[in-house]
Amino acid sequence: MACESWKGKFDAYFDGELSAADARALNEHLSQCASCSAEGLRRVQWKRTVQAAAHKFTPDAAFRARIQKQIAAPARSSWTRRWIPAFAAAAAVVIVCIVIVNFQQGRSSGQQLLGELTDQYVATLASGNPVDVISTDRHTVKPWFEGKIPFSFNVPELQGSPFVLVGGKVSYLRQSSGAELIFRVRQHQISVFIFQEEKLGHVAVKANEYSALSFQVETWQKNGLRFFVVSDAGSHDLDQLSELLKAAN
Amino acid sequence: MFVSEERFISGSFEELAMPLFDRLYNFAHWLTQNREEAEDLVQETYAKALKGFRSYRQGTNFRAWIYQILRNTFLTSRAGLKSASSISLDEDSESQNLPVSSDTPETLLLQRSDQQLVQQALGELAVPYREVLLLCEFEEMSYQEMSATLAVPIGTVMSRLSRARRALRDAVQEMQKR
Repeated sequence: MACESWKGKFDAYFDGELSAADARALNEHLSQCASCSAEGLRRVQWKRTVQAAAHKFTPDAAFRARIQKQIAAPARSSWTRRWIPAFAAAAAVVIVCIVIVNFQQGRSSGQQLLGELTDQYVATLASGNPVDVISTDRHTVKPWFEGKIPFSFNVPELQGSPFVLVGGKVSYLRQSSGAELIFRVRQHQISVFIFQEEKLGHVAVKANEYSALSFQVETWQKNGLRFFVVSDAGSHDLDQLSELLKAAN
Repeated sequence: MFVSEERFISGSFEELAMPLFDRLYNFAHWLTQNREEAEDLVQETYAKALKGFRSYRQGTNFRAWIYQILRNTFLTSRAGLKSASSISLDEDSESQNLPVSSDTPETLLLQRSDQQLVQQALGELAVPYREVLLLCEFEEMSYQEMSATLAVPIGTVMSRLSRARRALRDAVQEMQKR
């Protein structure tokens, strides 16, 4: 296909709307054609400029408070208000008991979960086709997941960092679907798993308790999503990528 | 950030609507070009959305739904009617015949343009072009979401977006000549 025809697909490509097959073909062309590649880079820069320019207006705090008050749930009845503290105290006692009983169980369950993830990381590492969507462009990878997983997330801006986005694929954990993003830093591969926290059953996940096979695992929860960063790279690399992911989400 | 279907089913209106507040306000201000009118527009949008929330079809896209309410509210306002009557896009007949973006791309302008210039050009664009650019570039909506928000077919979204990009490029270019 001639360069002019490829350029005709640029808008859809950079909007993340090109089909996976076309995006792969265009990716391949971009890696071989200096002219299209330079044009592609300029398009990305322009998109970023427009995006930054579009973020111009900020509401003031008083207006936010007014709207929040306007849409807040209706106040509870006086009867409910009177009895809530008593019920809350009784419930708290029950909850504390349950938490103590389940704590050990939860901890081992958390370790089991991290074990499953490192297995998936190794499987990706060993696979000949490690990703379902191959792209270094976050605007291609993020939309690819739409409709495939029941939530959305942001892929961080990697410009100026040592990380390269390789692609992504759908992953499964505890019978629920999530995202696996694959990054590369120097000779190391890093897998980032993202799942809905509530689907994981609120197990006690503590990455620092897991050290099997010398893999590093970082994990945190934000906006209802649980992130796991798994790699054989150094902890500094994991920390740096984790900070980028936290900032983007 | 997109709102997941699951959260929508179990979430309250406040949980779903408030995370969109800053962005809705930004969008409203771009449409109205005025702080007071933007606040009125956002307030009315939230009031209408809250009222219609019970009858809202669960499982569909909440973000597209509330943006559609805001946009419709704007279009029926005095400022919206004025903006609608002053332009003619003449695009529907050409929606299946998309222009190929092989002419001088807007990106070539980047090195000579700056953010302020783009903001000025964006503010001077016709409302249909301005809104489709904002939804695509800032809100990062998919073509399907934009189609739902703007209540037009996906082909029209694509052709309008293509024209909007060209119009923005031309406007920036024109400003650079001054």
